Amino acid sequence: MKKLVKGNIALCEGAIAAGIHAYFGYPITPQNEIPAYMSKKMVELKRVFVQGESEIASANMVLGAAATGKRAMTSSSSPGISLKQEAISYMAGMQIPALIVNVQRGGPGLGNISGSQSDYFQAVKGGGHGDYRLIVLAPNCAQEMYEFAYDSFDLAEKYRIPVMILSDGVVGQMMEPVEFNKPEITEFADKNWALTGCKGREPRSLQSLLMKDGVLEKHNINLQEKYKIISENEVKYETFMTDDAEIIIAAYGISSRIAKSAVKIARKEGIKAGLFRPKTLWPFPSEAINSLSKNGVKFLTAELSHGQMIEDVKLAVNGKAPVEFLGRAGGGVFSEQEMVEKIKAMSEDKRAGR
Amino acid sequence: MQRQPLLLIFFTSYSFFHLKKDFMQKILSKPEALKDATLSYCPGCGHGIIHRLVAECIDELDLREKTIAVAPVGCAVFAYDYFNFDVTEAPHGRPPAVATGIKRTNPDKFVFTYQGDGDISAIGMAETIHAANRGENISIIFVNNANYGMTGGQMAPTTLIGQVTETTPFGRDPKRDGYPIHLCELLATLEGTTYLERVSIYNPQNIIKAKKAIKKAFQCQLDGKGFSLVEVISNCPVDWGMTPLDSIKWTEETFIKTFPLGLVKDKSEA
Repeated sequence: MKKLVKGNIALCEGAIAAGIHAYFGYPITPQNEIPAYMSKKMVELKRVFVQGESEIASANMVLGAAATGKRAMTSSSSPGISLKQEAISYMAGMQIPALIVNVQRGGPGLGNISGSQSDYFQAVKGGGHGDYRLIVLAPNCAQEMYEFAYDSFDLAEKYRIPVMILSDGVVGQMMEPVEFNKPEITEFADKNWALTGCKGREPRSLQSLLMKDGVLEKHNINLQEKYKIISENEVKYETFMTDDAEIIIAAYGISSRIAKSAVKIARKEGIKAGLFRPKTLWPFPSEAINSLSKNGVKFLTAELSHGQMIEDVKLAVNGKAPVEFLGRAGGGVFSEQEMVEKIKAMSEDKRAGR
Repeated sequence: MQRQPLLLIFFTSYSFFHLKKDFMQKILSKPEALKDATLSYCPGCGHGIIHRLVAECIDELDLREKTIAVAPVGCAVFAYDYFNFDVTEAPHGRPPAVATGIKRTNPDKFVFTYQGDGDISAIGMAETIHAANRGENISIIFVNNANYGMTGGQMAPTTLIGQVTETTPFGRDPKRDGYPIHLCELLATLEGTTYLERVSIYNPQNIIKAKKAIKKAFQCQLDGKGFSLVEVISNCPVDWGMTPLDSIKWTEETFIKTFPLGLVKDKSEA
């Protein structure tokens, strides 16, 4: 049976069903439903909820809990995510699995509280220092907020990597029917790296400081090998009417919802439009985009920024097709009509041979 | 990390003060809670003694196998190489937050942080105050040596008025640099704190007192009584530009005048 909930609440339920032991958070709009909901639910479930003194502290509480092998998460929005980057970089280096949720708002700086997609670079290219990656999941509806939160812990633990859910203020705040259909996870595999007290074994340590000659270089090579395996195995995307499409919109999150409507309208008007939606922003579905980059195809990257994901789309297309851009940032959201106009213009250019 | 690690000259003299065993018994050995590793601390540095005191307390309370410790950023960052139990690293100043995450999800484990003055009372002051204010059931060993040792001796929040450091070449001037922070006294104002004591290790008598305080802090956590912190006034001869002997003299004659030793707060019996 479906229940009508906000995306942020759906996300909480997904994490709870995944058996999270602890949630650590700090207030910031537009994700306040998450700590508020968790403060009630986690306490009722006799699990851990702590409102940290800052985003920095909350992220480091996650680091501590997750270092012992417990399932831990934190959530925030753009300016708060910037503060969490320190702990995220350490967790990437120490290979600690955890979930960090970014319900994006407008930036830079304090920005505003409207939905935005301008933290793509930060999430995907490594927002903190060092050569690392996060698995970045981009839900576009409340159902996926639930499902991605649920799946993120298995994914994080499988590869010992922090996972980020890159959502936005619109998906977080929007109410939609959600099927809460995942079985509650109550048993967790032993982790041969977790700090649990050294009873019956040699002591363990988790560290990112590796000062001995060559050790850090080797560590970085190992990380890159892990990232390669993830890239080969964990790419997820959705295509909609791309088979015969001449104009393919590349969009993720809330933009992909608008893009889907625009594709439907364009099709009615006789334009062969399609949608390519990455569900994982890292690893990015480069090969899938490349294989769609045929003669006669044009790409349109649509995102609520002034052009971030477009760089990865262009890298994927690798010169095989033109890539155009439609973007708004700072709280502005394009309408499906705006997008249809852009598609039409591209289509006319195409007919005119431009 | 500018400096090459140097070998530690170990103070062992204090061990003779609590010999109660038969003549033929082994009278001096490494605690089980210490690995057989060469410490990277400078000659005459106090960390070696404090590590040993912590390890002895862990052994005596039989905590080694249930301990999860948090190392700071600073000289003691390598604690995981020396302590023979589970240790995690933490970003600079964040050990109290990391320890909060560990202890809240593992209330049956013994959790302590080991931090220096810069870590705990400069960059990590917010984490320190709020972990204390929440009354987290953790223990903190706070090593105060009046400067940033690891990076070559810059001014710390605990640097004395007039003290020359790498970043106070004319001496710490309160008009420019503020005043030494008395962390124990600051934390004592918070209802969440249970046990706070300032000790030192500049002579055997004080080393024995320091051990007693550390053990009490650990016991406080084991009894579920809440937040405990022991501030250990320690010496940093190399960064102070002194011989180990002079650094001990300076600790006794000058350092502890600004940071008086003794119990600051104890509601563990209440």
